[in-house]
Amino acid sequence: MDKLSRPLAFVAALGRMVLWGVQETGTLALFALQGIAGILYPPFYWRMFFQCMVNIGFLSLPVVALTALFSGGVIALQSYTGMAQYHVSSAIASIVVLAVVRELGPVLAGLMVAGRVGAAMAAEIGTMQVTNQVDALRTLSTNPIKYLVSPRLLAATLALPFLVLIADILGVLGGFTVSVIKLGFSTQGYIAATYNAVTSNDIIVGLVKAGVFGFIIALMSCYNGYRSRGGAQGVGAATTAAVVSSSILLLVFDYLLTDIFFAK
Amino acid sequence: MNNSVPKIRIRGLSKSFGSNHVLRNINMDVALGTSFVVIGGSGSGKSVLLRCILGLMTPDSGSIEIDGHNILTLPHRQRIAKLQQIGMLFQNAALFDSLPVWENISFALLSGQHPDKNKVSRNEGKQIACKILEQVGLNSSVADLYPDELSGGMQKRVGLARAIAAKPNILLFDEPTTGLDPIMGAVIDGLIVDCVKKLGSTAIAITHDMASAQRIGDQAAMLYKGELIWQGPANSLMDSGNPYVDQFTHGSRHGPIKVELK
Repeated sequence: MDKLSRPLAFVAALGRMVLWGVQETGTLALFALQGIAGILYPPFYWRMFFQCMVNIGFLSLPVVALTALFSGGVIALQSYTGMAQYHVSSAIASIVVLAVVRELGPVLAGLMVAGRVGAAMAAEIGTMQVTNQVDALRTLSTNPIKYLVSPRLLAATLALPFLVLIADILGVLGGFTVSVIKLGFSTQGYIAATYNAVTSNDIIVGLVKAGVFGFIIALMSCYNGYRSRGGAQGVGAATTAAVVSSSILLLVFDYLLTDIFFAK
Repeated sequence: MNNSVPKIRIRGLSKSFGSNHVLRNINMDVALGTSFVVIGGSGSGKSVLLRCILGLMTPDSGSIEIDGHNILTLPHRQRIAKLQQIGMLFQNAALFDSLPVWENISFALLSGQHPDKNKVSRNEGKQIACKILEQVGLNSSVADLYPDELSGGMQKRVGLARAIAAKPNILLFDEPTTGLDPIMGAVIDGLIVDCVKKLGSTAIAITHDMASAQRIGDQAAMLYKGELIWQGPANSLMDSGNPYVDQFTHGSRHGPIKVELK
C-alpha cells in the first residue's frame, strides 16, 4: 500500500492541476465571449471606447516610437558587425525592414503596451472590484463586462495595428539613420534595398499580429483585474498576473502566427 | 396592486459558503412605504442578505418576492426590470473614481438603465444631478469634482444622490453611517428619512449603529449567526425583552452572545 501511495499522490496532484487548467481555460473563454458579445449589441459605451483609444493608441505612442527607433538602429549595427566579415553588408537594409515589419514592430509594441496599458487596465478594474464599484455598476443595471471590458477589447484590437504601423516606420527609419550616418551607406541604395525586400504581405501580417496581440493584452488585463479579490494585495497580484500572462501569451501567439503565415 | 401583499417578502432564504451557513431560513416581510432595519454584529450575514436582494448573490434556497413576484425565478428581462426599481447606498459609497460627481449621480439616467428607460442628454443629466445634490444638502459646485476630492460625509451624500436619482421605489442602505462622526451620521440619517418619505419608497437598511437604526427604521430585526432571532418595532430596540437584542443594543459584554476571538 505504501509503495503505491506516492505514485497515486502524484497522479492525484497531476489530476488536480489538469482540472484547474481546464476550469481556468473555460472561465477565460467564457469571459472573452461575454466581452466580444458586448461589442456586438447595444448599449454601446462610445465615450469609454474613445477614452481607451486615446489611452492605448495615442498615449502609448512615445514609448513605442522610441523603442522601435532604437531597435531598428541596433539591428543595423549588429547585422553590420556580423555581415561585414562575409562582405554582404548590402543585405542590412532587407534584414532591418523584415525584422522590424514581421517581428520586432508587433512584438515590441505589444510588450510595451502590455507593460504600460495592461498593468493600468488590471489595476483600474481590480480596484473597482475590491471597492464595490463593479457591484455598484450592477445595481445601476449596467453589465460590468459590457461597460468595462468590451470597449477595452475593441480599442486595444484597433489601436495596436496603428501603433505597429508607426513602429514599423520608425524602426526602419532607425536602421536607415544608423546605416547612412554611421556606417556610410548611400541613401538611395538603402531605400531601394528596403523597398525591394519588403512586400505588402509582410506589412499586413504584421498588422494582423498586432490586432491579435492587442486583443490578448486587453483580455488578460481585464480578466485578471476583474477577478481581483482581497484589497490592495489582490490588486497588485492581479496587475502582475496581467502583465506576465499577456506577455507570455503574446510571444506564444507570435510563434503560432509566424508559423501559419511565414513557414513554408 | 393588492395592498396586503408586502413590497418585499422573503421566505426560507438560506446561503452557505462551504460549511459556513451565513443565512439560515430567513423569513421577513417589508410593507409598502415602511423602513425596515436589520441589525447584527459583524459576520452575522447582514451584507449577504442585502446582496441576495440586490441580485448580486444567488441564495442556495428560498424566495425573494418584490410586489409578489419571486425575482429568483423571473425571466431575465423581468428580473432586470424589478431590480431597476432598487436604489442602493453602499457602505463605502462605491462612487466611480473615474467619473465626476454629476456623472456618478446621473449614471443610470445617461444610459437609460432605469424604469422609465428615457435616456437623458449629458446637459440634462448634469442639471438633474445638480438638483439632486441640493436635495442631499450639497452645493451644485460639487458636481464637477471627482470622488477622491470629497470628504467621507460628502461621498455618502453623493452615494445617496446616486441611489435616488432614478426615483427607485425600493432603497437599500448598507451601514449608512459607518465611518462618520455622530453629527454627520445624524445628518445622513435625516436625509435618508427625507428621501424615503419624498419618494414614497420602501427601505431596508443594515446597520450596527443603534442611534441610526432608531432614526431610520419603522420596523427592525436582528440577525444572529445567520438567523433572524427577533423582529419588532424599531422604537422598541432598546427594550425588546430579547436577551440577545438587549445585549447587542446596550453593547454589554455579558449575555448570551459570546464574542469569538479567533
